[in-house]
Amino acid sequence: MSEELQALQKSSDTSDLAQKTKSASSSLTRILKYTLVRLVTLFITVVVGVYLTILIANMGGYVDEIRRGEIRESVSLRIMNDPVLKNLPPEVRFERMNEMIRLEEKRYGLDQPFALRSVRYLRNALTLDLGRSQTMSSDSGSRQVRLIILERLPATLVLFATADLILFFSAIFIALFLSRRYGSFWDKLVVTLAPSSSAPGWFYGIFLILIFAALLRVLPFGGMVGVPPPDNTLEYILSMLKHMILPVTAILLSSIASQAFSWRTFFLIYSSEDYVEMAKAKGLTSRDIERRYVLRPTLPNIITNFALLLISLWAGAPIFETVFNWPGLGRVLFQAIGLYDTPVIVASTVLFAYLLAVTVFLLDFLYALVDPRVKIGGQGSSR
Amino acid sequence: MKAIKKTLRDFLQYPSAIASMVIIFLLLVVSTYTLIVYPYSEAVRLWRGGENVWYNLPRNVPPSWTNWFRSEKLPETIILNSADESASKSIDSIQTGDRIEMAFTYEFDTDIYPQEISLFMKATFKEKSPFASITWETPDGREIRIADFAVATSQTYRFSQDTRLQRRLGGVAPMIGLFAEPGTDPPKPLKGEYTMRVSVVTFEPDTDLDIEFVQYGQVYGLAGTDHLRRDLMVALLWGIPVALSFGLVAALGTTILTMIIAAIGTWYGGWVDEAIQRVTEVNLVLPTLPILIMIGTFYSRSIVLMLGVIILLSIFGGAIKSYRSIFMQVRESPYIEAARAYGASDLRIIMNYLVPRIIPLLIPALVSGIPGFVFLEAGLAVLGLGDPVLPTWGKIIDDAQRNGALYRGYYYWVLEPAVLLMLTGLAFAMLGFALDRVFNPRLRGM
Repeated sequence: MSEELQALQKSSDTSDLAQKTKSASSSLTRILKYTLVRLVTLFITVVVGVYLTILIANMGGYVDEIRRGEIRESVSLRIMNDPVLKNLPPEVRFERMNEMIRLEEKRYGLDQPFALRSVRYLRNALTLDLGRSQTMSSDSGSRQVRLIILERLPATLVLFATADLILFFSAIFIALFLSRRYGSFWDKLVVTLAPSSSAPGWFYGIFLILIFAALLRVLPFGGMVGVPPPDNTLEYILSMLKHMILPVTAILLSSIASQAFSWRTFFLIYSSEDYVEMAKAKGLTSRDIERRYVLRPTLPNIITNFALLLISLWAGAPIFETVFNWPGLGRVLFQAIGLYDTPVIVASTVLFAYLLAVTVFLLDFLYALVDPRVKIGGQGSSR
Repeated sequence: MKAIKKTLRDFLQYPSAIASMVIIFLLLVVSTYTLIVYPYSEAVRLWRGGENVWYNLPRNVPPSWTNWFRSEKLPETIILNSADESASKSIDSIQTGDRIEMAFTYEFDTDIYPQEISLFMKATFKEKSPFASITWETPDGREIRIADFAVATSQTYRFSQDTRLQRRLGGVAPMIGLFAEPGTDPPKPLKGEYTMRVSVVTFEPDTDLDIEFVQYGQVYGLAGTDHLRRDLMVALLWGIPVALSFGLVAALGTTILTMIIAAIGTWYGGWVDEAIQRVTEVNLVLPTLPILIMIGTFYSRSIVLMLGVIILLSIFGGAIKSYRSIFMQVRESPYIEAARAYGASDLRIIMNYLVPRIIPLLIPALVSGIPGFVFLEAGLAVLGLGDPVLPTWGKIIDDAQRNGALYRGYYYWVLEPAVLLMLTGLAFAMLGFALDRVFNPRLRGM
């Protein structure tokens, strides 16, 4: 159960940062400070991650090509729009154009060594200024890469956020239920089913599409809304919900057994603690015991565990969205592969790095809220 | 020795472990068989050889065994060749040249008409091409003239594309007209022995003609065929060794390297440890799949490169933290101090004293890690980034998706590779699960 151990260990390195902030008195400032430190660390992490992405992309000179293509396009546009230049004889005009391109390239620093250029690319990538796409365009008709990918972001967020929320609460519910009925039929069933989570969501998706879309014809094969999209908002939402049933179920199927299993194990470990026995002896209701003495101390572990799951779900988005034809970020990436649209591929990779970083940050923030060790100054680094 | 026996006994208490061992063993047997029967070059030829490798297979048909579950049987694919024993061929000398008689006889006993019948003819002659007349004999004794034509050196005749034949059959499609029982409405196929006779007249000495008769059925082989008429069996079989070796190498490489890095980090401590921790954090934010996609699109889709990159991106994974915590405890053990006291080198301590301690934790992690990599490889292929040469399961699913297999009802096309993937993934996952319990008795009660 490496995942559980991982979760247990996670506390060590998040809290040693907080250790430095011993002087702060109130827990709020402590949390704020902790969050700020984490934010800065994560920002540095993202910068490094994005820089690595650019390095990989530019090993074949691809980012350079994006820039060159853009310069050529803008220069030729300028020449076409300039009445004086436009009427020059073709050879002279061509020479002028090349000269202008050379100057522009120099202005952008394309004649400089890569080490210098990469820093500039990094800045551009961090602001998602990765130029214009080669063939793809956004739904509103723009060729700006930033627009293309940002336009798709909500679709991805809606799908995964819904699935994750359902997953989180149903897993907790099931885990609590199972820990209450340790050794029962349902408990054994979930333990037996836990290995089924080795298959990713897209894989279950194929089966679900086969059964519910192809065989029974009750749910759509894929996509986000019906065709044509309904005009009024209510119908639009209903249609979207209908399209979300299969993808959300696929994510649930692929993760719920292992999540419920590992959380149930946490609950079982914690409910054999002495203070739980004590609470039972005091005659507290089982509901109170669960809430105050079992759920509460396991919460940090559960959140870490869940965030790791989220990260793996994000990472699988390109395949998952392709299988379900979901018009999200992952699908853009897939389309960009098919069209060899370099700027879009690089930009989506960068955006995925951002998404992962945001997830990690949210995890850290929640962690700070629920883990008392952060609030009181963090002595928990011995683990 | 005793310890191993005990471990084995513990292990055999889990039925899921035994089931998974059986599945893995079968997969290994089948992949050995595959590698012997279809060596690499043969598999690549069968999978990418081009139209002349799979021309005589039907397009997009389910496997033959699906007939067991059907009330109306689908016709098999029948291939008869006058060059071998499957069809009769006799040569008589007459005044002007030779007279070659061929008969293609077979039993037709299904309730559905075949997809198509084609004749692939190969003739050898110098100037004057031989002349062939083809007739069709039904079980009830009717004789239908199919066509008469001069045969070129290499010629294909497709029954359904002959409009004159269709006219002669009264405007019915040839596949229905030739097999239908007269007087039935809707036309029902007549079961029994059909014979196609070809009589050829040659006009030159040393003229020869051979005909391959292909009745494209609605089912084929053990696995069916895809949109290019390829036998899916090749890819299904080859997918096993590819998936197994990919998963195994990736899991092995990742776990072992991760463990060594964790050991080095904990042993040296200080900035080495700190650096490893930070790299792990950066790695968490690196989007693995998009980076793989980028590499696949820009550089190469070769499976070996992908494997390397996957290992590289996974060695600084979350597992480092759990290994590190165990090494932290081990580092303080007295026997390590003893080793240090007798002057063991750092490398010796790491390799001989630290690393072995973690093996009980490592083996389950390794086995449980395999399905993830198997599915990752399939996933990349589903995105169209599969290895350009090797036939794999993921590539079948990709082909099926691109050709709307589910929408058009070719379920076998998706189900076959998916079931194999599931079987492989589940087997390793269950094995890992059982191993985890055997090696970590703390979990056993849970």
